[in-house]
This record gives sequence, structure tokens and C-alpha cells, in this order.
Amino acid sequence: MNDVSASDDGDEISEVGHSEEGAVETQNSIDEKPLIEARDVSVVFADQVILQDIELQITRGQTLAIIGESGCGKTVFMKTLVGLVQPTWGEIFFDGEGLHHMGYSELTQTRRRFGFVFQNAALFDSMSVFENVAFPLRQSEVVSEAVVDERVMQHLAEVGLPRNVAYKRPAELSGGMRKRVGLARALILKPEVVVYDEPTTGLDPIMSDVINELILDTRRRYPVTSVVVTHDMHTARKVADRVLMFYPRARLNKNESQILFDGPPSSLEHAEDRRVRQFVRGEAGERLTELAHGLSG
Amino acid sequence: MSDSANSLYSTQKPESAFVRWVNQWGSAVVDGITTIGDMTLFSWQMLKWLFTRLPCRGTVLVNFYQVGALSLPVVALTGTFIGMVLAVQSYAQFHAIGLDSRLGAVINSTLVKELGPVLAATMLAGRVGGAMAAVLGTMRVTEQIDALTAMGADPIHYLVVPRFLACILLIPSLTIMADFMGIVGGYFYSVIILGIDHAAYLNHSRDGVTGFDLFSGIFKSVFFGSTIAIVSCYRGFNCEPGAEGVGKAATTAFVYSFVLILAVDLFLTIVMNSIYYTIYPNGSSFL
Repeated sequence: MNDVSASDDGDEISEVGHSEEGAVETQNSIDEKPLIEARDVSVVFADQVILQDIELQITRGQTLAIIGESGCGKTVFMKTLVGLVQPTWGEIFFDGEGLHHMGYSELTQTRRRFGFVFQNAALFDSMSVFENVAFPLRQSEVVSEAVVDERVMQHLAEVGLPRNVAYKRPAELSGGMRKRVGLARALILKPEVVVYDEPTTGLDPIMSDVINELILDTRRRYPVTSVVVTHDMHTARKVADRVLMFYPRARLNKNESQILFDGPPSSLEHAEDRRVRQFVRGEAGERLTELAHGLSG
Repeated sequence: MSDSANSLYSTQKPESAFVRWVNQWGSAVVDGITTIGDMTLFSWQMLKWLFTRLPCRGTVLVNFYQVGALSLPVVALTGTFIGMVLAVQSYAQFHAIGLDSRLGAVINSTLVKELGPVLAATMLAGRVGGAMAAVLGTMRVTEQIDALTAMGADPIHYLVVPRFLACILLIPSLTIMADFMGIVGGYFYSVIILGIDHAAYLNHSRDGVTGFDLFSGIFKSVFFGSTIAIVSCYRGFNCEPGAEGVGKAATTAFVYSFVLILAVDLFLTIVMNSIYYTIYPNGSSFL
């Protein structure tokens, strides 16, 4: 796997090999057919370019963390992968099939192969926890209520939630419990890909680690491919075997790639690009000067 | 400082007032056309679902309860008051020309043809339309609509179709309730308070309203119901982020629904009148 990183002066793009481990992974990736592939994906909202020419392949079983500062397009990219956002240009392929070629029912079937854990869990307020977790099951399969009951309780137990939580409303739960219910709901259809949108944001360090362990546990329990969008470096290091760093398009020069880093988490600290190291270490750097000039976006 | 940062410093030539004016009006026109196109597509998708696969009974019943049962008291109450207000306002003029007993015909005709349907629709737009936009807007803002799509459920099928069905199927009943309570209110004030003769009032009331008037009012109410459902759901689905966005969606849902109800009312009244005078060229006898 290569580190696609811009040099410090920000004008040139250089491709730097990371490590032997990374090189071996690259070879494996070439051999395997990618499960998800983004080809020249660009997303423009009104006049604002959010993503430009994103090229990416995710192989089966991989856990990919997408990091980057707020507003760099991580969440938009993740939603593009599932077809929640249409790329303005470019194409997304899932298991060799272009999402843009799919009809409504085919796209619906494909979406059911994804499990989506939203940033604030996105639980339905009008339903109980049980109904929330059962929702995908009832939507996609004709199953008896006994089976629904058994599977919902099993998945709630897997994320460490007691039975009595099942009959509570989402508003009665803490942030960590909501995230776990969201995870149980995402996993109930045994998806091939689980997408996590900032799974630890807003949680205390202990609950964040509980969520990280659940992500790892899910990976051990099911043969899933995971995409984790986060700016929590602890999560990226702990759960991912590959890390991508996005950078806001507006802050880049014309020919620079929006992906500043693509490699294993162990290489993050020693990344070629200053901006990657700066992000990983949480240093404001030149942003302080920009703030003084009123430029910071 | 990097090139990108430097580019942010680049100065732009200031626009003249005329260019700004053209820009503002141009973007307002483009926004208007885009919204109409968007809303048409939204309605088309909803109609496709309506005629291909209905939502499950549980989802529909919840909405029927919200739209129908919970709106009934407020519609009945406003209908009663409007009937009484009509009696208060008209009595002086009718009394002056000695036509007190004909008051019922005017009150009932006004209620059945216009005020009943428009009043029921206005109450529905305020009570249900605003709530629909707020609920769907909150669902949009908190990614619940995205979650539905991600789980393979179509949000229009799951959220809009039941609300549309509830509005178009229950607004005729609410209109009948508004008509009925308005008639009762008008009768109460005219006969009990103002002392108009009971038999004469009822006799003229019967003459004042034809079956076509009743049909016309109920027919129009179905269009009002569909307008409320489509406008409110559309505003909720296209809600801007944040609490302010949800508030704006709820307000605009009511305002747009109300304006459209009156516009649709005018159009349908002209159409229904043309049909009426085609069927009954000499008109009907009232007053």
C-alpha cells in the first residue's frame, strides 16, 4: 500500500512506499477483486466542491479508517459509497456492479448488504429500541415475530445491552447506549460491509473504547468489511488496518490529491506530508495565523 | 502562506446595484422553478407508490389517528364558532329588510360551499401540516431519513404515502363535521339567542343548500388535503439543518399550504360553478 502524499511545499504529489507490511498488503490488494471501488468520484453541492476525483479500492475483509478534519468530505464520501449521495461525476462499484447502473430494487437489495452506524445513531424516535433494531429485519424478510424477537435480543446482548432496554424509547438512552443500539440495528441483517460514521464522537474515553472493542468484536464475529469515518486517532489506530486521510478541497492546490495519506496506521506518525503529521498530533500549525487573518474555514 | 490561502485574498470587482438586483431576482426565479420541479417529482414518486404498493396497516392507522381523530375536536369547535359569527354578522342587515328567517339559508350555503371546507383545511394545515413538516424535518436533520434509505426502505413510501392517505381520506369527514357544527352553531345563535322562528329558519335553510353544494365542498376538500400533505411533507424532506431549519420548515409548510388552499379553492370554485351551470342552466333556487 502506498502513501500518496503531497510534499511539504504543497505543489507536488509524491508516492512513497511505507513499509514492508504495507508493500505485502498492496500485493494482496492487487490480487483480490475490490469489494468497493470509487472511480474518479467528485461531489459538488451548489458551487462548493466537496470531493474531487477520489480513486479508492476497498478489499473484502479490510477495516478502513477515513480520517480528516471537519468539512473535508469524509461523511459525504461514506454516504456516496452507499448511494445516499449521488456523485456529481465518477462512479461507485460494489462487488463489481456500478451503483449508477442499478434499478431501484437492485439498489435497495445492495443497500441491505451494508450496515450503517450513523453519527448520532439516527434511531427512530417514534419507535422503541426493540422496534428500531427489528426494523431492517421486518423490512427485508418475511419472518415470524418469534424469530424477530430472538434475533433482536441476541443482537442487543452482543452489544452489551440488557433486555429491559429493548422496551425503552431512544430518548431515554445515554449516548453510548444509543450508539450500541445503532450498531445492533446495523448488524441485524448480517451485512457484508459495516460503515461507521464517527462512532466515538461525543462519548467519554471509556465508552469510546467500548465502541472500539465492539467494532473489533464485530470483525471477529462476522466476516465484515468495515469503513470507519473518524477524527479520533485512538479509534483509527485501534480498529483499522488501513487509514486514508482526506483534506478539504478548498485548502488544496489545483493538482493536489484530496487523499493525503493512504497506508497502515503505524505509518501515520512518520507520514511524508507535514499536514498528515500535524493532524495526527493535533497541532494547529498555520491555522493560528489564518485565524488571525480571518481565513479559517 | 500557500497559494490556496493567497487566492482567498484575491479582490473582486464590486457589483453594481443593478447587477445585484438582477442576480437576486434571477436566483429567486430559478429557485422557484426548481422547487416546482422538485415538488412535482416528489408528488410523482408518492403517486407511484400509492398505486403500486400501499404501506402496512400499522403505519397508516397511526397517521389516520393523528390526522383524523385528533383534529376532530378543534375542527368541530371552530366550525361552531364560525356558524355563530356568521349569524351575528348577517343578522342586522337581514333584520333591516325583514328577512330574518332567511338567515339560515345564507349561513348554511356559505358554510357548505366555502367556509366549511376551507376552515377544515386551514385547521388541518395548522395542526397537522406544521407538525408533519416539523417531524419529517427533524428526521431529516437527525439522519433518520438517511437511515431509512440505508436500510433499504423508501422514505417516500414509508413516511409520505401514509400521511397523504390520511389527509385525503379524512379531510372529507372533517369538512362534514365543520359544516355540521357550523350549521348547528348558526341555528343556535339565530333561533335561541336572536329569537328567529324555528320552523321558518329550518325551512329556508333547507332551500338554501343543494346536494351539489355539499358535493362541491367535499370534492374540493380532497384537493385541499392532498395540497397540505404534499407541501408539508416536501418542506419536511427538504428541511435545512438545525433547529432554525425545522422551525422554518414548519412555518413555510403552513404558509404555503394556506396560500395554495385558497388558490386551489378559487380554481375549483370556477370549475365547479361552470359544471353546475352546465347541468342546471337556470341555476338553483336559493334565497
